[in-house]
Amino acid sequence: MQIAVPRESRQGERLVAATPKTVGQLVGLGYEVAVESGAGVSATFSDEAYAEAGANVVDAADVWKADVVAAVNTPTEDQIAAMRDGSVLISMMMPAAHPELVETLAAHKVTGMALDAVPRISRAQALDVLSTMSNVAGYRAVIEAAESYGGMFTGQVTAAGKTAPAHVFVIGAGVAGLAAIGAAVSLGAEVRAFDVRPEVGEQIESMGAAFVQAEAAQQEVSADGYAAALTEEQERLTAEMYAAESAKADVVITTALVRGSAPRTISAEMVANMKPGSVIVDLAASGGGNCELTVPGEKIVTDNGVTIIGYTDLTSRMPQHTSQLFGTNIVNVMKLLTPGKDGELVLDFEDQVVRGMTVAHAGESMWPPPPVKVSAAPAAAAPEVPQVDPAEKARLEAEAAAAKARRRVLGAGIAAVLVVLAVMFSPASFVTAFTVFALAVVVGFYVISGVSHSLHTPLMSQTNAISGIILVGALLQIGSTNVAVMALSIVAAAIASINIFGGFLVTYRMLGMFQKEV
Amino acid sequence: MLTQFVYGLYIVAGIMFILSLAGLSKPTTARMGTLTGMVGMVLALAATVVDSLYKSAHEPNRHSVGVTLALIVAVLAFGALVGTPIARKVEMTQMPELIAAFHSFVGMAAVLVGFNSFIAPDGEGGAVHLVEVALGVLIGAYTFTGSVVAYLKLSAKMKSAPLVLPGRNMLNLAGFGAFFALLIWLLVLPHDQVGFGVVLIAAMALIGFALGFHMVAAIGGGDMPVVVSMLNSYSGWAAAAAGFMLGNNLLIITGSLVGSSGAILSYIMCRAMNRSFISVILGGFGAEGGTVVAGAGEQGEHHEIDAASTAELLLEAKSVIITPGYGMAVAKAQYPVADLTSKLRAHGVNVRFGVHPVAGRLPGHMNVLLAEAKVPYDIVLEMDEINDDFDDTDVVLVIGANDTVNPAALDDPSSPIAGMPVLEVWKAKQVVVFKRSMATGYAGVQNPLFFKDNTSMLFGDAKAMVEAILAQLPVGVS
Repeated sequence: MQIAVPRESRQGERLVAATPKTVGQLVGLGYEVAVESGAGVSATFSDEAYAEAGANVVDAADVWKADVVAAVNTPTEDQIAAMRDGSVLISMMMPAAHPELVETLAAHKVTGMALDAVPRISRAQALDVLSTMSNVAGYRAVIEAAESYGGMFTGQVTAAGKTAPAHVFVIGAGVAGLAAIGAAVSLGAEVRAFDVRPEVGEQIESMGAAFVQAEAAQQEVSADGYAAALTEEQERLTAEMYAAESAKADVVITTALVRGSAPRTISAEMVANMKPGSVIVDLAASGGGNCELTVPGEKIVTDNGVTIIGYTDLTSRMPQHTSQLFGTNIVNVMKLLTPGKDGELVLDFEDQVVRGMTVAHAGESMWPPPPVKVSAAPAAAAPEVPQVDPAEKARLEAEAAAAKARRRVLGAGIAAVLVVLAVMFSPASFVTAFTVFALAVVVGFYVISGVSHSLHTPLMSQTNAISGIILVGALLQIGSTNVAVMALSIVAAAIASINIFGGFLVTYRMLGMFQKEV
Repeated sequence: MLTQFVYGLYIVAGIMFILSLAGLSKPTTARMGTLTGMVGMVLALAATVVDSLYKSAHEPNRHSVGVTLALIVAVLAFGALVGTPIARKVEMTQMPELIAAFHSFVGMAAVLVGFNSFIAPDGEGGAVHLVEVALGVLIGAYTFTGSVVAYLKLSAKMKSAPLVLPGRNMLNLAGFGAFFALLIWLLVLPHDQVGFGVVLIAAMALIGFALGFHMVAAIGGGDMPVVVSMLNSYSGWAAAAAGFMLGNNLLIITGSLVGSSGAILSYIMCRAMNRSFISVILGGFGAEGGTVVAGAGEQGEHHEIDAASTAELLLEAKSVIITPGYGMAVAKAQYPVADLTSKLRAHGVNVRFGVHPVAGRLPGHMNVLLAEAKVPYDIVLEMDEINDDFDDTDVVLVIGANDTVNPAALDDPSSPIAGMPVLEVWKAKQVVVFKRSMATGYAGVQNPLFFKDNTSMLFGDAKAMVEAILAQLPVGVS
């Protein structure tokens, strides 16, 4: 089958859905790959490079006639109309926001697979373009902020005095937020971050930022991996925290997108209270913006000197790597759809990943897919802990301990009585032997209790060698004139002595290997 | 006078054995401990030889002193000739098998000594002596077959999956019942019927053999560390029983010392694995863990990594923890691992080892292997010492470990290994798991660790992979 990669038609788009490297991988899966002439130019990939990787460079008219078309953005209606019946379109589609697109695809009997509708489960991570895009956008947001900010991110102490590090505040610790934290931290900034999902606090800290907690604004763990909207009370407390944090910060990066729409986090009033020269980067600009003053696609400067960056093409600003990552996502989709690695595309709707991303198939709309639970989310939040009075609990514990102690004393008492009875009715020689036995057992117990873990094997080997002492018994009997006894003794003594020689030597050899670093 | 001299030496030997085990509790005194044990053994044997020769000279029904001495020298020479090369040549990875095999010798010797003691009793005989003989033979026989099965399972000559017969516990119980019936028969048997008595004791030995085989065969290979330790304890009890029947205090002291220390060692291990001690003593242990096959199956997508990327990760890391498991022993990867460790340390990376108490097939197995490869023992840490440090660790290398790093033990109450403390490797920034395939570990449980986002799988033979990583390190790193 043939996979075609068109040149993106959207204004200013510099990405491409395949790079020479991913073309090679697609060819490896058994596909014929066609790339529209000039498709990779803005991402620094020439037609020659594609041809070298095994692609046919074709012109715009031919590219839409392929069996599979892989693109970054949704093609125009005319382009979809140019596709053949039964062909497959793989691109970002935003099916929730564009129901008419699903209709168009169904009308032209094109199978539409939305890269941005991949279920967010761990298995599908490798084909999740949203993660890819968010990651790049988060990184780029910091770069844009650094460019607009009139200072250095890292603090410096120089002969000419010292500068404080930039204070960066990141709202939302999804993939983009975490990427932004990582980039800002590595530039040397002091980073603080907030997310309404308390469980990501650990991730924030792991990236090197401080986790800001809004009092009582904690949310429950979400079942599908997305953050949910806030309640009114939480809203108010969170807003207060945003105001306090943004006033302190030199750079604010907002990444809050709840299912495609951007909640308002930074109000005009908060912006007014920010320091002149500070920068806001609004990663949710495409959804309207988290900041009230954001102008999607633009960089503006407010009256009090705050720069607000609302670019919606952050990923496009790093076309080379973004295309590479995006292209690899496409390769991973094709791997999933090509189980035989033979260039034959198979749509298995039993697979929840395939089902989840398919928005239209064979003239029918397939949107929305049945819901998928995220396997990675904890199955249940911590169960309600029944409130127990600590004093009551302590009393119960003490009682249990006392009962245990009573049982122990009773058990020991019974054992002692049994021992005394047994000894009373035994011959004297046994009593002596038994005394030795009882004492040796206790000694063995105490000698071993403190053993260091690393010495378990040598210890076992040594005790094994020592238990070769059974040789003593065999040696005492070996002189017997009873042939049977003598024969058995010889065998017993022989194997026991193997044990003694072998056991001690191997223990010694083993211990010779334990060395402390000098 | 001579008897007192012999007893004096026995007491000295007994005390030296106690000091020997005490010495083995700490790495610094361990070597001294072994030497003490050797000297104790030499003293004990010297005393025994003197005693045996004295008996030959003064008691009836004995060969001459010369013959007795010749026999003793012959068996000791045999033992030295066979035992020494084994001890010299054995690979440290085969220590579990070797110890299991040695246990079987003690068990068999105890059985034979028991027969002899019945045929030619040393003291006054009587009911107590018969009970001692019967118990000695039973424990010895149990130890013998149990150790043989453990040996076969550990050396992979027998399938390590647990053998589960229907009515397992009833079979064992019936075995013990039959043993007691035979014992009572033996006690009421007229004293002149020695021949038939031997038959009865042989029957008891058979019961012991069957019980030993059945109980250890019912235990999965993954739980062998505890089993080897338990058999160690049993071999001690067998020697103690021999001491009772021969009226020999040295055997009693030493046997019970070994018996109780083996038992407490097993107890320590059971605690580490969160298993019930009682269920181990009674056998049939590990059956639950072994028979439950992964219910969950595949749990998602795993990520693969290659040796070159792993080498990069390691060079960029500040702190690395290596958690070895049985797979490292199988692949004999301890030398390249040690090499990697020293290179990374020279490069300024803080490399440490985290060893789970039941990693490998013997407690302390990993420590022995790492010591063999000259990894300094102060960077080899126990689970409790290192578990809190995973948070601050950049890279964890899981080399051939599986169940001991399984997060399901902590967060999946339905897992067969639930409640077992594990090395919490997943808290590190990046985990690289060296593994031959996606197969499950000994417990037959799928490991969610492999599907975590910060886990990468490095498939292949552990030794080959570590060597590949070494090859990727730049020349400047030495």
